[in-house]
Amino acid sequence: MTPTIGPLAIQLDRVSRHYTLGATAIRAVDDVSLSIAGGEFVALLGSSGSGKSTLLNLMAGLDRPTSGAIQAGGKNLAELSSLDLARYRRNTIGMVFQSFNLLPRMTLAENVELPLRLAEVDRAERATRVAEALERVKLEKRAGHRPAELSGGEQQRTAIARALVNRPKILFADEPTGNLDSATGESIMNLLLEIRSSLGMTIVMVTHERPLAEKFASRLAVMGDGKLLRDGAIAGAK
Amino acid sequence: MKLRDMAELAVRNLRESILRNSLTTLGVAVGVASLVAMLSLGVGLQQLASSRLTKSGLFDTVFVSPSPRLGVRGGAAAASSPPTPVRLLDEDARQEISKLPNVIEVFPQIRFPTEVRFDDKPFPTVVAGMPLSSKLSGAFDGMNGNFFSSESADEAILQIEFAKELSADTKSLVGKSLSIRYAERQQLEDGSGGFSIVPKDKKLHIIGIVETEPASGFGGFGNGRLLIPIGVAQSLRAAQVNDLRDVVRGGASKPTYASLTVRVKSTANVDEIEASVKKMGFGAFSLLDASKSLKIFFRVLDLLLGLFASLALAVATLGIVNTLVMAILERRREIGVLKALGAADGDIKRLFFVEAGVMGFAGGIAGVILGWLIGRALTLATNIYLKRQELPGVEISSVPLWLVLFGIGFAVVVSLVAGLYPASRAAKLDPVQALRYE
Repeated sequence: MTPTIGPLAIQLDRVSRHYTLGATAIRAVDDVSLSIAGGEFVALLGSSGSGKSTLLNLMAGLDRPTSGAIQAGGKNLAELSSLDLARYRRNTIGMVFQSFNLLPRMTLAENVELPLRLAEVDRAERATRVAEALERVKLEKRAGHRPAELSGGEQQRTAIARALVNRPKILFADEPTGNLDSATGESIMNLLLEIRSSLGMTIVMVTHERPLAEKFASRLAVMGDGKLLRDGAIAGAK
Repeated sequence: MKLRDMAELAVRNLRESILRNSLTTLGVAVGVASLVAMLSLGVGLQQLASSRLTKSGLFDTVFVSPSPRLGVRGGAAAASSPPTPVRLLDEDARQEISKLPNVIEVFPQIRFPTEVRFDDKPFPTVVAGMPLSSKLSGAFDGMNGNFFSSESADEAILQIEFAKELSADTKSLVGKSLSIRYAERQQLEDGSGGFSIVPKDKKLHIIGIVETEPASGFGGFGNGRLLIPIGVAQSLRAAQVNDLRDVVRGGASKPTYASLTVRVKSTANVDEIEASVKKMGFGAFSLLDASKSLKIFFRVLDLLLGLFASLALAVATLGIVNTLVMAILERRREIGVLKALGAADGDIKRLFFVEAGVMGFAGGIAGVILGWLIGRALTLATNIYLKRQELPGVEISSVPLWLVLFGIGFAVVVSLVAGLYPASRAAKLDPVQALRYE
């Protein structure tokens, strides 16, 4: 199924994020404007320190911009309270990290259930949704295992299941293949594509691997020194 | 996050560092144990003193004496007013007092000197008549032999020191007989109101030996070294000190009592009975005020014991703070993940609060059990010592339900207070920084 491009999922208007490190001012994100439509698969490409992860954190509501506005779901994230930002992260987005960030003492099912606990979903429904999410990433038979008993690819698939379980509108992925070999990385990218196709989800992925970005994303935004250098659709994108 | 989910996560987190958290919980338990043990001693000693004093009848008793007026006395005003008849503390008065509401019993205090004949030897001593209710006074607990079978039984109980005078082997006295020689008052039949004193003998069966002299407060039978049932004492009509006063007053057609003891239903009724008796024209006295002072003393003692014991708990709270701060360092990344998944600052704060609370709750339960065991051990050691001193055992510690709930509740509250800083620190963690933490 070809994903449908819908209305704007997220819009950045002259967003900056500056830090002060001692006497040095660091412009991690500098005056970036970007509009991402619903159903798009945007790859944020850039070298280390280019500001792509900071930009992702700003869009994910983990950080606040120094200036500018980030519109998502009709609200400016820059103006939301801490509690409302937590609600945004809980209900509107899902996150996947390079290092998986699964809680080691919990089983896969318990890891995937975590966002549902935070959202205070009923226990009976939680079990159903966890089973569905694990089935989607084909790990339903490993539900009772702990992360340490799984391969890197399986751990990342679990992290994706955890990101999907709350049925978010946008999936943010920070270097999701960074800790995986190329074959496993491709399988994860295929899984993201399949999710995008079947659920019509918007995906924003940070990566420094151009070939991977060009192969799987529908749009490429290149960052450098905190600025958005280039932004455009990828020809022949899936 | 719902409380149940929060509690599940908290317990899971605590299990993760089981040794460290167990040691912290043990610290709380030791603090609570010292608190519970100290307070249980305070409560136990208070109960021991109260029960002994209550049993002794000192605090639910009004002691009635004859009218303080012997004819007319007082200042000029009193001298000028017409003399009112002096009320006699006789059998009629006793019946009237016994009909007052909340009065259990009224019995006279009968004591008289006597000469005991035992093994053909004379032994001067004082006889005291005792009501059957005095069995509950605690003075007869653990006595050698038995208490009186009835108020009219010709039986005697010896005080141990007097028994030693009779025989070196005091236990062998039980079951034997003795006779007492006393002065019986016989009313003269010439209508003069006078009486004659006639020596009489009475044979009594020794049924028991009591360690301590039973006390009954003011004017009580504390001096009696040979105790007989009150019914028997009355039937003897032995001459007493007040008999002479009766003669001075102009002759008494019937005998009067030196004093009466009025037992009331509870200490709450003492004041009203005392007032009623005074209205009848008799003197009345009670030891209720001393009981109130005793309660204040034990309250202050409990407070001081609790304060000292709380120091141990205060030290334990530092352990909780330390454990939770360490947990924040170790679980920094986890906190970041939780925040990324949608946990609000409040969720993180509550999670650490619940962890502190769970440690406090577990430590509180363990501490109450430990404190109870310490109290039992102290009671056991005390009773071993008392037994060696040939004294009856006592219960010096008590852990009532309120102390159990207080111990656990206090541990939880103190733990939550200890969790305030770590919980607040965890909640304020920047999720981006936390996620970068290795």
